[in-house]
Amino acid sequence: MVYLTRKAEFSASHYYHNPEFTPEENLRTFGKCNNPNGHGHNYTLEVTVKGEVDPRSGFVVDLKQLKEIMNHEVLEAMDHRFLNKEVPEFFQRIPTTENLAIACWQRLETKMQKARLHRVRVYETPDLFVDFYGEE
Amino acid sequence: MKAHLTRRYRFSASHRLHSLDLSDEENRATYGKCNNPHGHGHNYTLEVTVSGAVDQRTGMVCNLVDLDGFVEREVISRYHLENLNLRQEFAKLVPTTENLSVVIFEILQRGFHHAHLERVRLEETMMNSFEYTGTAEPRR
Repeated sequence: MVYLTRKAEFSASHYYHNPEFTPEENLRTFGKCNNPNGHGHNYTLEVTVKGEVDPRSGFVVDLKQLKEIMNHEVLEAMDHRFLNKEVPEFFQRIPTTENLAIACWQRLETKMQKARLHRVRVYETPDLFVDFYGEE
Repeated sequence: MKAHLTRRYRFSASHRLHSLDLSDEENRATYGKCNNPHGHGHNYTLEVTVSGAVDQRTGMVCNLVDLDGFVEREVISRYHLENLNLRQEFAKLVPTTENLSVVIFEILQRGFHHAHLERVRLEETMMNSFEYTGTAEPRR
């Protein structure tokens, strides 16, 4: 088994707010991230796939295909967007890094052909990232 | 759904690698420059990984304010700009980065209960790092 990781970067804005919370609860739970005007991050997405090396091509997965899937499924939907208002997953769910990693996984998983998705890692900043390995 | 969250922190500290179980000559042979009696320092980077179900109401594994507060209080303020050898936990334990990783893991495991502790990873320099996952197998 060989693991292969591809990175991509995108920039987006978001804010954290639960409509079921009172304004005080929202502020207490989410702090500055509760500002309804939003704020932004430069995200780094790392997608790790696993599989056997194809003896004919020497590839685990065609990197060009993986790049296209990542571009189409994640970057085109999220790059330079306000996640709460423009990405359907976050109309109801809070766009935390945890939920963003889960959403990226769900968008990518169905599009994978030969290789299996192993891990999605989303960096919100260089000092904060979330790993999602699918439903365990 | 379960996710893993990792946060990076920085602190600087000095240490000297010297084992009371070895002769001076053996210490010099084992630790080389790190055995210099006056010590030396590093800029450490600490990575803490916790896991848990993502809370539907907050979208979080745990609130970062809690994690940052705990690590700041119990780890960073304890070691930042300190001489590790003078700490009581290193009175008999050589403050290698291996041992420091284990000590920090145990501090977190004892006191941080907002999420499950998965891993502590400690970079001593940009060129070397150490991971400790307690009794669990490290996750790829």
